[in-house]
Amino acid sequence: MHVAVCIKQVPDTAEVKIDPETNTLVRAGIESMANPYDMTALEEALRLKDKYGAKVTALSMGPPQADSVLRQALSMGADDAVLLSDRAFAGADTLATSYTLSKAIETLGLAQPVDLVLCGKQAIDGDTAQTGPGIAERLGLTQFTYVIDVESIDPDTRRVRVRRKVDGGFEVISGRLPALLSVELELATPRRASLPMLIDSFRAPIKIWDAKAINASLDLVGLKGSPTWVKAIASPQVHRAGPKWDAAQGLSQAVSAAMDTLFSDENFAAAFQKGWKP
Amino acid sequence: MEEKFDVAIVGAGPAGISAACVLADRGAKVIVVERGEYPGSKNMFGGVLYGQSLGRVIPDYAQKSCPIERNIVESRISYLSEEGSIGFAYRDQAFFGKLHNNAFTVGRAKFDRWFAEQARAKGALVVCSTVVTDLLRDGAGRVIGVKTDRADGELHAKVVLLADGINSPLAVKSGFRPEARPESVALAVKELIELPEEVIDERFGVSAGNGVTIEILGSVTLGMNGVAFVYTNRRSISLGIGANLCDFAKQRVRPYEMIERLKLHPAISPLIKGGKPREYLAHWLPEGGWESVPKLFHDGLLIAGDSAMLFNALHREGSNLAMTSGRLAAETILHALEKGDFTSRTLKGYAARMEESFVLKDLKKYRRFPSFLKTHGELFTTLPRGALEALREILTVDDTPKETRRKSAWRAIRGRLTPLGLLRLLFDAWRSIR
Repeated sequence: MHVAVCIKQVPDTAEVKIDPETNTLVRAGIESMANPYDMTALEEALRLKDKYGAKVTALSMGPPQADSVLRQALSMGADDAVLLSDRAFAGADTLATSYTLSKAIETLGLAQPVDLVLCGKQAIDGDTAQTGPGIAERLGLTQFTYVIDVESIDPDTRRVRVRRKVDGGFEVISGRLPALLSVELELATPRRASLPMLIDSFRAPIKIWDAKAINASLDLVGLKGSPTWVKAIASPQVHRAGPKWDAAQGLSQAVSAAMDTLFSDENFAAAFQKGWKP
Repeated sequence: MEEKFDVAIVGAGPAGISAACVLADRGAKVIVVERGEYPGSKNMFGGVLYGQSLGRVIPDYAQKSCPIERNIVESRISYLSEEGSIGFAYRDQAFFGKLHNNAFTVGRAKFDRWFAEQARAKGALVVCSTVVTDLLRDGAGRVIGVKTDRADGELHAKVVLLADGINSPLAVKSGFRPEARPESVALAVKELIELPEEVIDERFGVSAGNGVTIEILGSVTLGMNGVAFVYTNRRSISLGIGANLCDFAKQRVRPYEMIERLKLHPAISPLIKGGKPREYLAHWLPEGGWESVPKLFHDGLLIAGDSAMLFNALHREGSNLAMTSGRLAAETILHALEKGDFTSRTLKGYAARMEESFVLKDLKKYRRFPSFLKTHGELFTTLPRGALEALREILTVDDTPKETRRKSAWRAIRGRLTPLGLLRLLFDAWRSIR
């Protein structure tokens, strides 16, 4: 069995700021990380490898420095890693990205057919959840979204059965391989690399494929292949800060000053007298 | 066949990475094991690095986009009492020119990462999020590697360099350094206060890219043996204060209360006015000096940087001692690799190199300095106010004749310190640094 896992390098979103003047993301100095949903997908691929025996290939599209997420994948147990890197890939929306990834998976399949593609449900930077389904559609794969458990894979009948999250519960469905699974975080917790694997991952070669290597049309990748355009990015309205009392001269003084202000409001004082009902 | 490294370095700070750079440059097979998520994620220091020590490891650091915040062109010393301050400032054109980057500020999270990248580029392996839990030894007790908290986590190496910092549970566990005693350790807290670059330029009277350090003594440490500092970064100010751990325990002062009081001090608050606190950090400093430095070499093991308690409390230098000790350890290890002998017979060359260098020479020279501070508590309690009152007497202009003023100034000092006490303070101070 050959399992391909798509991994995106994303900015650490806890740190992302929007420039209030230009309304664009402040990217300078922001650290990158592997999209957590994708790492869950990788962990599941490695579990399937442990259980059924499989070759796991990690796949990422990005600038040359995105190889760090692939090295992380190798340290956890991926057998092979391919970085899709080409200036022509830059500025891709989900349509162009899913095209590029599907061409790469096709190329992987030339050496050994890909039976299963695993993706995170969504990336934590864009939150679109479109790339996985896009790949499935382009490659004609059976599509399972919001997967929370892979119950079984039958190598003889080539059927996979999964549990997926739906509103108010879950459903169990099965379908034929080759298939694409986009996974939820609760599916698995990514493993910690062993020391020898971690060391080896720094030395392992990472294949770098450009548009030509995956036989992609330059009209369909990157900015050129992206019909989506961003009209505006806006910061959410910031709530006006309430009054503050400086506790520098002592906490109790600050608290009494705060209380005085609150009770100077007649409505508040009256409500308080009646018994506080929020 | 299990992989064997020439050198395993514990800790990717200035000491460990300096050693890794020197070793990898000469083709040694080096691995650095760092417990943080990335180098620099667990660190803190005031913020000053020294160009010469870094240049000995990475000669072209300035061209390699070393993340320098500001080149230090002015050093100030402030003696603060509750009501005011007495200051001394030194600025020299040389720091703009030929001594450019003699000292400069950096942020550890950025600098350590950059520094580790340089080591990687030279061929050293730096693995993060990995904790070294123990040392591996052979039957004869020689150190032959380290054990980590990862699966299959044993790592064999001809030499292990401990550069895991002041709070080195490993040095303690392995018996190579006794647990740091509270009196040899200072607890320092620091806030990073964000301000626009031009505001900092203006407040400190510097041009873009240049900066100021202020070392602060006096009663701001609430009578405890300690210091505070203000260092300028490009778009922030590092404000920190620290004191001896023993004194903290005795006085039951909370470090954050101390830094809050410092921020309200009339000499400090204008400097940080309008700034936004971005980070709050706390760390230990090895302040025990010469007496607390452990034996630096053993069979298969060397100790460098804060792990070896290398810190010059008088000049507030530490990072340069760490970098130099790392470099000297690396040179010793290269010699041992050449000879093929990793016992203390060859590794003791490290101690000899250290004694030859400014690192141990300075620590030895100032060995009485820690106890000087400890025995002269008046420096942090009564003397700041006395000094301030004396100057106030002298500088108040009214109808009082100067003769009377001078007498009251002298009384302000004498009321707090007898002439004999003052003499002893001066004598001890001179003796501690002579």
